[in-house]
Amino acid sequence: MRYWHLVFAFAAVFVVGTSAYSPFAADWWLPGGPGPDYTHSVSTFGKKIDSLYILILIITGVVFIGTQIALVWATYKFADTGPNRVAQYFHGSQRLEVIWTIIPAAILVFIALYQMGTWSDIKFRTAAPRVQPIAEITARQFQWVMRYAGADGKLNTPDDVQLVNDLHFVKDRPALIYLKSGDVQHSFFLPQMRIKQDAVPGLTIPVWFDADRSGHYELVCAELCGWGHYKMRGNVTVHDTQVQYDDWMTSEIRKQSQDQLVSAPATGSSGN
Amino acid sequence: MASIPYPVATTTATRAKPVTAPITPGKVAMWLFLATEIMFFTGLIGSYIVLRAGSSPFYYSETYAPGTPVSEMATTNGVKFFNWPVPYDKKVNPLSIDLTAGNTFILICSSVSMVLGLAAIQRGDKKKLTLWLGATVVIGSIFLGIQVYEYYSLMFGHHQPIGISRTGHFTPDVSLFASCFFTMTGFHGAHVFGGVVMLFCLFVQSLRGAYTQTNHAAVELIGLYWHFVDLVWIILFTVVYLV
Amino acid sequence: MSTEHTANGHGNGHGPVAADHGHDDHIHPAPTNFLKKYVFSEDHKVIGIQFLFSGLIFFVVGGLLALAIRWQLAWPWSPIPILSQALWSEQGYRMPPEFYNKLFTMHGSVMIFFVIIPLLTGAFGNYLIPLMIGARDMAFPKLNMFSYWFMWPAFIMMTYSFQVGATDFGWTAYPSGTVFHEASPGSQTGQTLWLGGLLFAGISSLMGSINYITTIIMLRAPGMKMFRMPMTVWAMFITALLQAFALPVLTSALAMQLLDRTVGTNFFVPANWSVGNGPVRVGGGQTLLWQHLFWFYSHPAVYIMILPAMGVVSDVISTFSRKPLFGYKPMVFAIAAIAGLGFIVWGHHMFQSGMNPALGATFMLSTMMIALPSAIKVFNWLGTMWGGKIQFTAAMLNAMAFVSMFIIGGLSGIFMAATPVDMHIHDTYFIVAHIHYVLFGGSTFGIFAAIYYWFPKMFGRMMDERLGKIHFFFSFIFFNGTFFLMHIIGMHGHPRRIADPTVYEYLRTTGTLAMNQFMTINALLLGATQLIFAFNFLYSLVAGPKAPNNPWNANSLEWTIESPPPHYNFATLPHVYHAAYEFSLPNADKDFLPQTEPRPLESEPLDPVMA
Ligand code: HEA
Ligand code: HEA
Ligand code: CUA
Ligand SMILES: [Cu+2]
Repeated sequence: MRYWHLVFAFAAVFVVGTSAYSPFAADWWLPGGPGPDYTHSVSTFGKKIDSLYILILIITGVVFIGTQIALVWATYKFADTGPNRVAQYFHGSQRLEVIWTIIPAAILVFIALYQMGTWSDIKFRTAAPRVQPIAEITARQFQWVMRYAGADGKLNTPDDVQLVNDLHFVKDRPALIYLKSGDVQHSFFLPQMRIKQDAVPGLTIPVWFDADRSGHYELVCAELCGWGHYKMRGNVTVHDTQVQYDDWMTSEIRKQSQDQLVSAPATGSSGN
Repeated sequence: MASIPYPVATTTATRAKPVTAPITPGKVAMWLFLATEIMFFTGLIGSYIVLRAGSSPFYYSETYAPGTPVSEMATTNGVKFFNWPVPYDKKVNPLSIDLTAGNTFILICSSVSMVLGLAAIQRGDKKKLTLWLGATVVIGSIFLGIQVYEYYSLMFGHHQPIGISRTGHFTPDVSLFASCFFTMTGFHGAHVFGGVVMLFCLFVQSLRGAYTQTNHAAVELIGLYWHFVDLVWIILFTVVYLV
Repeated sequence: MSTEHTANGHGNGHGPVAADHGHDDHIHPAPTNFLKKYVFSEDHKVIGIQFLFSGLIFFVVGGLLALAIRWQLAWPWSPIPILSQALWSEQGYRMPPEFYNKLFTMHGSVMIFFVIIPLLTGAFGNYLIPLMIGARDMAFPKLNMFSYWFMWPAFIMMTYSFQVGATDFGWTAYPSGTVFHEASPGSQTGQTLWLGGLLFAGISSLMGSINYITTIIMLRAPGMKMFRMPMTVWAMFITALLQAFALPVLTSALAMQLLDRTVGTNFFVPANWSVGNGPVRVGGGQTLLWQHLFWFYSHPAVYIMILPAMGVVSDVISTFSRKPLFGYKPMVFAIAAIAGLGFIVWGHHMFQSGMNPALGATFMLSTMMIALPSAIKVFNWLGTMWGGKIQFTAAMLNAMAFVSMFIIGGLSGIFMAATPVDMHIHDTYFIVAHIHYVLFGGSTFGIFAAIYYWFPKMFGRMMDERLGKIHFFFSFIFFNGTFFLMHIIGMHGHPRRIADPTVYEYLRTTGTLAMNQFMTINALLLGATQLIFAFNFLYSLVAGPKAPNNPWNANSLEWTIESPPPHYNFATLPHVYHAAYEFSLPNADKDFLPQTEPRPLESEPLDPVMA
């Protein structure tokens, strides 16, 4: 049977085809697809990450298609078709070896250096925006406990507001949070903003992000943290203006003080 | 299986030049085994270094139990804090350096007796081999005995001051230092124990006259192991007790 | 332990120079007693086959666990056939969420520690090394036997842990969840058994690797220079070195975690920490330390799981292309480079872990560079096929699948190596896709190739080629159907290790749901396809046609002796004249030249750099 090359060709076509189609699927939002709700990444970092992703996709795509064509062609061209075919006898070629070492090396070094800046912008502490943190977020089994700075804009003061699974910040402004863990390891993941940072027991880690569109998003726990890991979900609300955010904050402060009057301090989960 | 008699390396070729020992599979394997042991202890010692470097500057003090959160302290005024127990400070560091220095010397002696034993059989002196092997077993056991005594007195013997342990007993759970100490010295002790058992087997074999000038690979290999264990101890002693 | 070494050592290696070995004098009689012959055997061939059978049995176990995972992902909380009836009839046939965590934890652990590593290094390493270098057995047969039997406590502990509530914190076992018993049901006895099991499996691997290295250094047949060894042996050699240097670090980490759990040491316990209303522990340790130690081993471990397969694939491709391996020496150096670099990339699993981001950048650089030797290997395989006369046997097809699927798996590694991109795809199904493209698409297809290739030698019977091709065809198709879309849902942000994606709005979309179901159906079919393999394997074992000595016209030493080889392998030790890749020499009467036959005088000398 000499049609085996078709099997390999088919797999390659399937791979390329599904990848190419997927951004056009109706409910797709990554990266840059035409979906209804989340048409692109909504954050500055997200856009950088997406374009880096596309760049790597193109490079690896070319490598992939090239190698698969070579493989399929070789299986087609050099199949054992009978006694007339004779295999060539050679042990290799130094020149080829050098070529296919240097070219990939150059590509890889390029990718490595090219992305360094994005990484340092997102994670190096020196790159953190010089703003007051909006909240200290403590991940625990299985909820996000968020302590907002409250009316005075400062953390660790008596007017702090404590909420569960409810992240709020303002459009087009860098938001800074302090991330902690209360028990085991968790991970703070904002898929639409392409932000991910593990919450590590014993450490306090600053995380910053923004969004250029107001609306409702989701917060995901991305590190296995126990039986309820899958449902450790938070709501994310991006407000259009600082005023809206302040209004929301005032109402939360009011709620909280009422709670304190009526009963013990607010604890517990929000019914997840 | 083992249809081959005991000797590992006895061809006429090697017998002709007895000076340089040939490379045998046993030796290759022993060196590899020691390499894995080095990596194992590297894992432990490396962790120790990382943990020590990351230890909180308020972890140890003479006034509070190790690890007491600063928020639970009545006062920090005038309290001297350490991120790691200082040697010889009896209020935070329960280890007796003098005892262990002595013990280290004992272990080094056992390495010497091992060397002498090997040298003896290389000369063909079976009696001396038995003697030195016996000595090595005894000295190794003394080392273990002292270590057991040390453990016992740390854990149950004395009532330790608060700066060492909240409970008065120095057990692996009372502080990070205690965890590191018991784990590192404990694994080393287990290695010494294994070595003593093997040396004892050698000793019994040598009583039966199993080793000769040309046939004593086992003595050499276990000697290698024994020196390795000794070397590790010197590192551990320095790292855990002295600095 | 060294008394053992010497007492049982063969004693036939006299020097580092292979040429003047004196093995010829001793041929051990085969044991006659059943127990010594088949159970507590010291014959490397029997031990290899023991590893093969245990590995395949655990492959079924791990595979069935995977199918349960897939079922839950496609149809969350709906009753799983058989499993639900058996376990949860009181709970309305609904799987409890922690059970899902147990499923993938045990799936990953079983597949890695009981299937891929034992099959590649245990089964094929044992079986092939002595045969391919022309030795009568391993350097230390008894140690070899122990290395198999040390797997049994591991098997038993892991299997038994299902009984007491298997561990559920992932195969990576990150603290503090795994240290505090209160963290989850599986963090009670289950985690302790897991640690114990891994310790035994690790010691088994260490014994094996010491044995392999010594054997390869000391027991090569006359003329078998290092640079004449088949790629399989080279790969096993370098893998064994990787194992010898990386595994002990895992051993120390396992010991520390075990102590943390049992005697209350504080290595991985943060200061004044408690979990789930448990007692507060003094702590002071660091949880990230575990990750460093774990990945210091487990990254090299992923190369332990691919390098032997790469070796096998090189041999298979060369044989069935009827052509010398393209760039034999560069291939060897590439393996060595992968192994060397493999030691300095572990941090790429920790980019988002809170490790210093500057450190992350250096790990990114080394991770990028490790793609280079892999690239060399891929191109050399293609170069080997180029201009050949390719015979599409089942072994060859699986080897080619290795090449094409490893490329996908490797290239997805580039995305993750890019730290900013990893930020998004870390702990999503993109990673799961990568895992399976390298471990199934790579290692497992490599294992299939090895089984089809060496089955005749191992059991003296041929496997059915037609069934083999059918098995390959469907495996290849359904494999891609199962795992490729994981890249896409991963990029979509689908986290791994979640029991129910529909909790999240952005995953509650028809596209994601449909893809999950599509993957599950493919996974079920992929599993069913393995039944063809199982049938072929078992049927051929008893009723396959008798195998000739050299069914594939290959060159390496194992094909010069009977199938299956006699107890002592070689009646007279062979003399080796060249590497195993002299296929299709011009003007020769046959298209292969066994290593025991010198090259014809008139043929051109071999290229010193390439061959
Ligand atoms: C056999 C196993 C195997 C192999 C071989 C590899 C190979 C590689 N892996 Fe993979 N990896 C795993 C098994 C393996 N991995 C597992 C099990 C995990 C997850 C563990 C867990 O968390 O549970 C993981 C996770 C993992 C991560 C962590 C992701 C995360 O958790 O966020 C990263 C990140 O960098 C990574 C990278 C790589 C790279 C760069 C390679 C490279 O070696 C690949 C090199 C190969 C190629 C690149 C293809 C061939 C080359 C060419 C065709 C040439 C040209 C190419 C270019 C110019 C780009 N792997
Ligand atoms: C070599 C390693 C290996 C192999 C071969 C596989 C094989 C498979 N894996 Fe696995 N996988 C891992 C290693 C491997 N995996 C690892 C390391 C993880 C990470 C774990 C963690 O997060 O901690 C993982 C995680 C993982 C997940 C992610 C879980 C999660 O994060 O929530 C999923 C989900 O789909 C999955 C699926 C599968 C499937 C469908 C197969 C299939 O290919 C299996 C097909 C095989 C069989 C089915 C066996 C043959 C069966 C028979 C012969 C019996 C007859 C069959 C029937 C009756 C149908 N695997
Ligand atoms: Cu919290 Cu997962
Ligand atoms: Cu890795």
